[in-house]
Amino acid sequence: MAGNIWVVAEQWRGEISEVSFELLALGREVADQLGVPLEAVLMAEGRKESAGALGKADVVLYADHSSLAEPIPDVCAEALVQLAQERRPRAILVALTNVSMGIGTLAAAKLSAPGINFCTDLKVADGRIEAQCVLYGGKMEATVTAHGEPAILGIWPGARSPEKGRATQAPAVEDVTVTLPEPRVRLKRYLEPEAGDIDISQQDALVAVGRGIQSKDNVALAEELAETLGGAICGSRPVIDQGWLPLSRQVGKSGLSVKPRLYVAAGVSGAPEHVEGMKNASLIVAINSDPQAPIFNVAHYGIVGDAMDVLPALTEAVRARKG
Amino acid sequence: MKILVLLKMVPDVVEELEVAPDGKGLDLEFLRMILSEPDDHALEEALILKERYGGSVTVAALDAPDVDDVLYTALAKGADRVVKVADIEPGTTTRMAAAALSGVLRESTGLLPADLILTGSQAIDDLDGLIAPLLAHSLELPYVGIVTQVRADEAAKTATVIKEYPGGVRGEFETPLPVVLGIQSAEKPPRYVPVAKVRAAMKSQPIETAGALTAADAGGPLAELVAMNKPMVTGAAEMIEGSPEDIAGRLCGIFAERGVL
Repeated sequence: MAGNIWVVAEQWRGEISEVSFELLALGREVADQLGVPLEAVLMAEGRKESAGALGKADVVLYADHSSLAEPIPDVCAEALVQLAQERRPRAILVALTNVSMGIGTLAAAKLSAPGINFCTDLKVADGRIEAQCVLYGGKMEATVTAHGEPAILGIWPGARSPEKGRATQAPAVEDVTVTLPEPRVRLKRYLEPEAGDIDISQQDALVAVGRGIQSKDNVALAEELAETLGGAICGSRPVIDQGWLPLSRQVGKSGLSVKPRLYVAAGVSGAPEHVEGMKNASLIVAINSDPQAPIFNVAHYGIVGDAMDVLPALTEAVRARKG
Repeated sequence: MKILVLLKMVPDVVEELEVAPDGKGLDLEFLRMILSEPDDHALEEALILKERYGGSVTVAALDAPDVDDVLYTALAKGADRVVKVADIEPGTTTRMAAAALSGVLRESTGLLPADLILTGSQAIDDLDGLIAPLLAHSLELPYVGIVTQVRADEAAKTATVIKEYPGGVRGEFETPLPVVLGIQSAEKPPRYVPVAKVRAAMKSQPIETAGALTAADAGGPLAELVAMNKPMVTGAAEMIEGSPEDIAGRLCGIFAERGVL
């Protein structure tokens, strides 16, 4: 039926991703406010039984095709476009994750339909969907509306709790047909993270360094605090890309999600890609010289100042207290 | 190996950003523009690939304040040809920028065909789409994003690329050439080039210019930014002030209270 709200259920390596349930929770709210059905689109090969978990949707549209065995953005977008042209949804929610990135943009381009990225929330006002987006690494927020349908909305992880998107009842599952070519891009294999280094997701205390740490030499200051706390050091994307810390220490979108009892963020601005991986830490302390840094919105305690002054002082104080 | 790199300037978020008086965009007056960081990595990866396989690196960038410096720096680092895509209107969205770029790529001599088209995986202002998939769509080429490593086989006309997944997992993909790749990070951090070399490049090599489509040609924006605002500081964080020693003492107390010490 035309005008429905769609959620693209992300499946990767045989699992429905957590973010799919977050999107279902958000999509449910939007669909209810507009008084239209919520439909989940599951594109896969031989995974129809997974559709049963998507009961927050009224209907699951299940597309089974050998070309959909891996979520290749090119192919998923083509399948989504065919379904959308046939069924004319009003809006399509797609997760902004490493697995799904590109699907939304490609589908919007193929459909000449509006695409809106970086959404953290959706609201319905006067019968229109308004997207709340974060831009410029979290430094600005924007309200964005779409001209035309379907609006293809790229949603950051964390928009809703995944628990709100789970349901005990099974949805109606409708088999849908798509005609797809062989994927041009082919997966050869997955490479598992290198073993040997410590697992930062298992640490009670983490000291994270970001771009604000300024140089590789200053990483040692954070490392000392981490050691003193009996924890480990980790970092945000720019620090890993600079080669200051190995990939195994990355927190956020391409890295690990962590939930330590203590997370000290030093010189980390708090871009959405990083926050996604650490927002559930029990106690978050942020040190940043920029009082506007978005990290202060997720931290429990904030210090506006130079991490290079605060870190050594904190190491000393922790040492003294530990005796 | 013919490599094309597409660069875009973005606001430097280290500087304070202000909302424009109309409330619908950034105040451009005090804005400092820098090269989008993933694009810097795309350039670096292109230079690494040129060193590995030979060939040429052509850089095309959308016009913006300070873009000339970025293009001369690219020359100094080893790019062979730099092109500035001019007449970009303020408020150009990523979708329009991609339309402008693909128009220039098609119409300017010698830019296409290329074996590899590299650009940043994502930019901080890509509100209505990502450049790499948009270009892949308009050039009818395959696309892989979030790429951190590229190995090319010129004879077989294929490339093997590494894409990042969550949890430190990486995927190895094979794609035919030509391909559009969204680079997340290069195999090595972007190289440093001394100012003297940039100055030398300014004197010896020109920046070519190519005209762009206007916003109207690109069809106008389908996503309308109705309001922009600084994020409200939610007040979640309790701010601690004082000397580093005072702060450290206070934090230690909190750690002890919370049982993390």
